[in-house]
This record gives sequence, C-alpha cells and structure tokens, in this order.
Amino acid sequence: MFHRFANPARFMALANILSPWLTVAATGLLVAGLYFGLLASPPDYQQGETVRIMYVHVPAAWMALFVYVALAGAGGAFLIWRHPLADVFAQAAAPLGAGFTAAALITGSLWGKPMWGTWWVWDARLTSMLILFLLYLGYIALANAFDNRERGARAAALLALVGVINVPIIKFSVDWWNTLHQPASVLKIDGPAIDPSMLLPLFLMAGGMKAYFLAVVILRMRARLLARRVRALRLAAVGG
Amino acid sequence: MSVIAAILGRDLRLALRQGADAATGLVFFIIVATLFTLAIGPEPRILARVAGAVLMVAALLSATLSFDRLFQQDFEDGTLDQLLLAPPPLEWVVLIKCAGHWLTSGLPLVVVAPLLAVFLNLPPATFWVTMAAVLMATPALSMIGAVGAALAVGARRAGVLVAVLVLPLAVPVLIFAVSAIDAAALSAPTQPHLMLLGAVLAATAALAPWAAAAALRQAVT
Amino acid sequence: MGGYSAFVWPAYGVVALVMVGFWLAAWRDLRRHRDELAALEAAGLGRRRPAPDTAPNSAPRNTGEARP
Repeated sequence: MFHRFANPARFMALANILSPWLTVAATGLLVAGLYFGLLASPPDYQQGETVRIMYVHVPAAWMALFVYVALAGAGGAFLIWRHPLADVFAQAAAPLGAGFTAAALITGSLWGKPMWGTWWVWDARLTSMLILFLLYLGYIALANAFDNRERGARAAALLALVGVINVPIIKFSVDWWNTLHQPASVLKIDGPAIDPSMLLPLFLMAGGMKAYFLAVVILRMRARLLARRVRALRLAAVGG
Repeated sequence: MSVIAAILGRDLRLALRQGADAATGLVFFIIVATLFTLAIGPEPRILARVAGAVLMVAALLSATLSFDRLFQQDFEDGTLDQLLLAPPPLEWVVLIKCAGHWLTSGLPLVVVAPLLAVFLNLPPATFWVTMAAVLMATPALSMIGAVGAALAVGARRAGVLVAVLVLPLAVPVLIFAVSAIDAAALSAPTQPHLMLLGAVLAATAALAPWAAAAALRQAVT
Repeated sequence: MGGYSAFVWPAYGVVALVMVGFWLAAWRDLRRHRDELAALEAAGLGRRRPAPDTAPNSAPRNTGEARP
C-alpha cells in the first residue's frame, strides 16, 4: 500500500504547481479564441457566419479523438507497469472525452442545419463521431460494471486498446459506406482550404480546450484520490 | 491436439445438450427478420432494397444473444481456471471456443440465410453472395464477441454490457457484408466488398484471440 | 450573425455548457471529498498523517492533497 500512495503524492505536488498555470492558460486561450472567432475574423465567403461554429466544433472533435488515444495510452501504461495513476487518469478523462464527443456531435448538427438543410446527415465524419461516442459509453459502462474496482480498471484498459486499434478500421468502413450511399449534400462541412485569419481562432480554441482538459482532469484526479483516501480510512475504521 | 479436440467437443456437447440454446438463436434470427418485414410492409421492391441490412442486423443481434455462453459459465463453474492451466496457449483455447460458438450459432444462420433471402424478395442470383457474406461475417462476429464476453466476465448485467461493447466494434463487419449483398442485388461487382469482408475476418482472427485471452487472464488473476 | 445566430450561439452555448459543467462538477466533488477527509481526520482516524493543509509531499502515505 505504501508505494501506491507514494507516486500519487508526487503527482499531487506537481499537479498543485501546474493547476493554476493551466487554468490561466485555458482561460486566456479560450478568451482570445472567442475574441478572434466571434469578432475579429471575417465571415466565410461561402458559409457566411456559420463558419464560426467551426471554431468550437473542430477543436471539440480533435479533443474527442485526442482523449480516446490518451485513454488507450493510459490503458497500456496501466497494463504494462501497473501504474495506479494511469487508471485514475483514465477514469477522470473518459467522461470528459464523452462530453467533447457529444459537443462535437451537437455543434456538427447545428452547423449541418443551415449548410445541408437538415439536422443530421449520415456524413462519414459525423457517423464516425457517433460511433466514437458509443465506444466512450461502452468504456465508461465497462469500467463501472464490476464490484471489484481493480478488475474494472484492467478490463477498461484493455477495451481502450482494442478500441483504438478498431477506430481506424471503423473510420475506413464508414468512409466506404459513405461513398456508396453519398447523399446530395450542399457543401462539404469543411471547405477546401482555410484562410489564415480562420486558422488563428481555430488553433487558439484548440489550445485552450487542451489546457482546459488538463486542468479539469487534474481536478477530477485529485477528487478521485481523495475519495479513495476517504474510503480507505473508513474501511480501516471499520476493520479496527 | 487432443486437449483442443476435447475443449471443442465439450463446448459442442454443452450447446447441443441444452439444445434449446442453439435453436433459440436461429429462431430469434428468423423472428427479427420477420418483424422487420412486418414493420416495413410487403412491397417487394422495398424489401429487396433492405434485405441485406435486415439479414445482417438480425444475424448480429442473434449472435449477441449467445455471447455470454462463451466464457461466463466457464468462469462461474471454475472451468476457466482449468483452461488457463491447460497445455495449449490460451489464445488457441479462445479460438477453439469461438469455433464452437460459430458452429452452434453462426453456421445455422448461414444455412437459413437463403431461405430468408427468398422471404425478403432478393433475386435468386444473390443467394451465393448472401451465403458467402453470412459465412464470413458470422465467424468474425463470434471472435469480436469473444473479446467483449471476455472483458465482461464477472460483470454485473454482463449480457447487456457485452452487447454495448461489441455492437460498435462490429460496424465494419456489418457495413462490408451488407454492401456485398446490396451490390449483388443491384448486379454490381461484389468482389471488392467480399474481399474487404475477408480482410476484416482475417484481421479479427489474428487479433481477437490475443485480446480475448489477455482479458481472460486479467479476469481470473 | 448574418441571420445564422440561431445556430451559432447555441453551438457556442453547448460547448460552454459542457466545459463549465465539468469544471464546476469537478470542483464540487473535490470540495466534498476534502471535507469528508477533514471530518474523518478531525475524528482522529488519520492522526498519524499530517493535516491536509501541510506540504503535500511531506509524508509517503499522504494522498498529496493540499489546499490549492
């Protein structure tokens, strides 16, 4: 038990130093991204003002993928080195990833309505995102399906690895399916080339979301570690 | 070798002795296809258009029913511990158990698939492609299901959980099998779809036993 | 917003809702567990450990939680 708490302690020391900086970075980048995205960038010549949805939709979709890959990485670290923090991280990150995926889906739908004329088109990207969302839900369900927490952690770690191998295959199959059943779409959701004035808010928002993710993951990890400590103390009290 | 034969024989005997088990999956397959037809309506052209989709979704759901048969009982009665200690590598044991699962749940579907194709108004020329698609899709489903079943061994409400885990992972199998049947119905070339389905089957056969075996090891220790 | 405000603002709103929601929920959880731990330690359960507001890495069995 001793060495299990030693590493979290060192992590917490580091987290306490990083936390305020990450919060400041996230706030700054997001505010700057909002300013450039909503006020200081021109509307697209084809998509008009709706292009501004891109500045939240695309970074959210990037985060959705990034978090899933991070889950797989944490899963590998947990299975190989049995590092308890890897599981704490994965369980803290998974709901955030699902949240980003849901946000990407909803904003994609809000973008699709003026662009395609309907709320939902079985576009290859949206469909893959929907399946990614289902993978997140399965992951969270599996991690919480066992009375033994350790068992759930190991199963979830393996599932993340299986999933991350499958994601490219699923993406390819959905692309294949989509070219067979190509709907008559008004416009591809992201145009051919993006003007630099649009890249700036895009990258600011992407950076801001990443800093936000790290900040909130650290908060959630601290909460989980405290909860574990409380549980251990209560068990010790009961056991004498 | 004899151990492998013994495991396969045991699984087949267990499935056949509880004869209802294997037959239920088949009956379920037919019922789902019938319900789809009743829901869609008897218009022959529409039926022919959705036939491939109905067949494959019904096969997927029917396979999902029996995934918990793969490892859950073995886990509960302690057989799984014996299998881990058995001389053949656990990956082979998983593959053999998948073969047993496929022989009792997938193979019957291959046999009745042309019958349902008649119900669904698919042209007779598509029967071979339909059988080939079901023949390649069902073993892939058995192996993907084995990964889900192994992960969920010992979980609460394992049956529903396995379905939630497995169904998204089965998307490629579903897409390639259905597009092969659809292409046949439109007299388009079916070979690329069948080859992609074969590729998915080969990749699954190469990777799924490892993943399922790893899941079983961590479930037992 | 060129007639598209009905789509642009909800999109930003949804993302803001998700992000602020997770952030607030994380803080609430953190505070609740910290209070629970403080109560347990006040009751003498964790007395061999330093109080939660001392340096986080001062003892190997500390969870490392310090006041931010």
